Amino acid sequence: MSESTPEPLPPVAANDTAAQPAAGRSGLDGGTAGEVLLSIQGLSKSFGSVRANRDISLEVRRGEIVALLGENGAGKSTLVNQIFGLITPDSGTVSIQGDAAKIRDPKDAIARGIGMVHQHFQLVPVMTVAENMMLGHETTRGGGFLDLEAARSMVRELSAKHGLAVDPDAEVDDLPVGSQQRVEILKALSRKADLLILDEPTAVLTPQETDELLGVMKDLARSGTSIVFITHKLREVLAVADRVYVLRQGAVVGEVATAATDARRLATMMVGREVVLSIEKAPATPGEAVLEIEDLRVQDDRELVAVNGFSLTVRAGEIVGVAGVEGNGQRELVEALAGMRKVVSGRVTLGELDLTRANPHRTHHAGVGHIPEDREKHGLVGTYSIADNLVLNEFDQEPFARRGVRQFAAVRENAETLREEFDIRSSGVMQTAGSLSGGNKQKVVVAREMSFRPRLLMAAQPTRGVDVGSIEFIHRRIVEARDAGAAVLLVSAELDEILSLSDRIAVVHGGAVVAEMDAQDADRTEIGRLMAGDH
Amino acid sequence: MSETSTAAQPSPPAEPTPREPRDRGGLLAYLIGHQSGVVIVVALVISLLVGAALIRYQGVNPAYAYETLLREALVTDGALTRTLQKTAPLVLTGLAVVLPLRVGLFNIGGQGQLVTGAVIGAWVAYVAGGLGFVGALLGMVVGVALGAVVGWVVGVLKAYRGVHEVISTIMLNYIIAGISFWLAVGPLAAAGNSGIAQTELIPEAARLDAVAGVPVAFVIAALLAVVCWWVLSRTTLGFRFNTVGANRGAARYAGIPLNRIVILAMAAGGGLAGLAGALEAEGTLHRFQPAIAGSLGFDGITIALLARANPLATLPAALLVGILRTGAAGLQFSTGIAPEIVDLLLAIILLMVSIPVLGTWLFRSRAAKVSVASTSWGS
Repeated sequence: MSESTPEPLPPVAANDTAAQPAAGRSGLDGGTAGEVLLSIQGLSKSFGSVRANRDISLEVRRGEIVALLGENGAGKSTLVNQIFGLITPDSGTVSIQGDAAKIRDPKDAIARGIGMVHQHFQLVPVMTVAENMMLGHETTRGGGFLDLEAARSMVRELSAKHGLAVDPDAEVDDLPVGSQQRVEILKALSRKADLLILDEPTAVLTPQETDELLGVMKDLARSGTSIVFITHKLREVLAVADRVYVLRQGAVVGEVATAATDARRLATMMVGREVVLSIEKAPATPGEAVLEIEDLRVQDDRELVAVNGFSLTVRAGEIVGVAGVEGNGQRELVEALAGMRKVVSGRVTLGELDLTRANPHRTHHAGVGHIPEDREKHGLVGTYSIADNLVLNEFDQEPFARRGVRQFAAVRENAETLREEFDIRSSGVMQTAGSLSGGNKQKVVVAREMSFRPRLLMAAQPTRGVDVGSIEFIHRRIVEARDAGAAVLLVSAELDEILSLSDRIAVVHGGAVVAEMDAQDADRTEIGRLMAGDH
Repeated sequence: MSETSTAAQPSPPAEPTPREPRDRGGLLAYLIGHQSGVVIVVALVISLLVGAALIRYQGVNPAYAYETLLREALVTDGALTRTLQKTAPLVLTGLAVVLPLRVGLFNIGGQGQLVTGAVIGAWVAYVAGGLGFVGALLGMVVGVALGAVVGWVVGVLKAYRGVHEVISTIMLNYIIAGISFWLAVGPLAAAGNSGIAQTELIPEAARLDAVAGVPVAFVIAALLAVVCWWVLSRTTLGFRFNTVGANRGAARYAGIPLNRIVILAMAAGGGLAGLAGALEAEGTLHRFQPAIAGSLGFDGITIALLARANPLATLPAALLVGILRTGAAGLQFSTGIAPEIVDLLLAIILLMVSIPVLGTWLFRSRAAKVSVASTSWGS
């Protein structure tokens, strides 16, 4: 995503109303309304050649809720991790209540009044709420015995004060995710946090839990706690935040007061990069329907509904792009179609074949090529040679094996051909796949999945973490597959990719298609708005 | 033993392919490339030095002690046969660890699987003793089958219930030890000598002896090591094993039935250990006694780790253990040094060899870049 090429970014859309403090609040416990609690000046951080944060400046005032909005990879997490002392900035300062001393580590950050609730909770599941609360700050009595009663009463006190109901004696493992998150928040508050950082707090919550959390956030702000929260959901921003900083490619590209903006404008700012990687392609000549998905329902790893009544048809010779903010069921959809995830209800057919209950072996042999989202985890075996990876799902087929014995000459010949054809840059086909660059790894996967001429090609985030040259190459190949008559289902979080490749676009939100359109009629801003759930 | 370094390369066999990464460096690069082989040699030398110090401390000349050990294991009359007889079950228990290791499972239940094969093999060979060699063969087959059943149970528990194989195999070791003892004093006990836990003596004809100084058991074990190597490196089944061990996610993606492979690997491991037990019963004591297992099952872990999960390398690794164990008895006889010195030597070797394995685990990604050859335990 964030290439190292420093492209000129539009100037910060400074908004006059934004500079004003969230005025008119009552009931502040301490400090003055409008006092600057956190101030960041010129913060930059690079990881290798990737500039995760570039010259970021922002301010958070007491009792204010500030949202950090941006696509994946925009640098939001990197930014807050620097505030919390998990990452050291390359340059720039973070000052808390005017104190610009370097934040050495999370302990230091906590001592200076910063609390953070991570996306993945840092709780011990087999301990009770009270035990988790005292973890790391245990109070003892009578010579080394834990003073659990004190912890219990602290939990009760805090939860009464902030209206966050939790049972101090409940085991964390037994609590629903929303309550676990409350424990995390209480834990931060018990350490006297003035500033609470919430990293994608709603990503793991059900809609009801989300609404509750938003209420809690408002209450906390009212009582003087400042909140910085990361999200890519516009609805939440508009619901609770006083101000929004929009990040793109590591830089702040906009700062507005939520009162002075709307979903449409925020969406434009968030995805509105005008550099479109254009690809020349002839108009599609769609044939008969190849993939038909009817009212599909699939659960995610936590057994929550992720794909919720998804219906879509992909015809031969067309590319259908599924656009959507990540986490709206795209991953589960693709895995279900590939046979890697159980379908709860609905139907998947490929031509005349019913693939609803098929396993990966069957879907592959039915003619489904699958470029998986996570190539390291699913797409490749890093310790295997390129040659072996190129036959990863055909290794037991003729000519690569005969009566259960592998035919290395054929495997090798296949690899030599594909290496040439797909321009895989390596020292030879026996080089291990793990030692290739991201782009070349992806070319191995693409080569394998396209070489058997699939009827349906599913490409999930096909150019993630891939260099620009390879992106173009892979895009061209996908279009070629379409021209050869394959039905192509493209799932990508990159709107540009969807817009430049697709013949038809389906916008997904909350696990279902919320709009379908012809790519020619597609409007980026409109799609951005639909992606954000505003429909 | 340096060929062990190319352990888990499921890739096509090394044709004279261009080996690009090798041309920079020279000796040092070569040594890094053959890391594991170097490590094993170094480990061996160090452990022998430590052993020498301990022998010296007991007032015996280490050179003389080691010479005695080797002579007693290899040179004296019938010593080589005894050593090979000792080596045979070790090769198999080593393989019993190697196969599951390739799919990423740690089978430390070789002991129990071996005991299962030994008690049932001894009994079947006794009952079918009238059939001569066929009786011995039957004993082996049933030993393999029951050993495989034990492994299968572990595999099923792992695949469908998520029970960690280390836990279940340890538990089964105890359960089987108990059951086999009960069998040896109860239902299958030899008539006549009450009080001793042992089964009936296998008839002469159904015993496995040495042919021209080479124990039949060793021939069988060596053949199976070759078969395992061939299956793992040349067949689609082996590719499935290796893929599951190297990257479960990718294996699932590639349509490999994970659960079936897990169960198959455990059952195969159990079967090999069961065969080791049957061979041991038919080849040495010609009956089952609880003591027959000794530490054969656990030595298999040492051997598999020494062999870096390479089936062919289990042969030299098992031979090393076999030599040390056989020689140790003679060593005690002529110098008075306790045979436990061998356990000590093995422990030191294993410790030294395990440390880089630990390193590979800890710094997986970095290690993968440095040496592709040593990533045999399913990264």
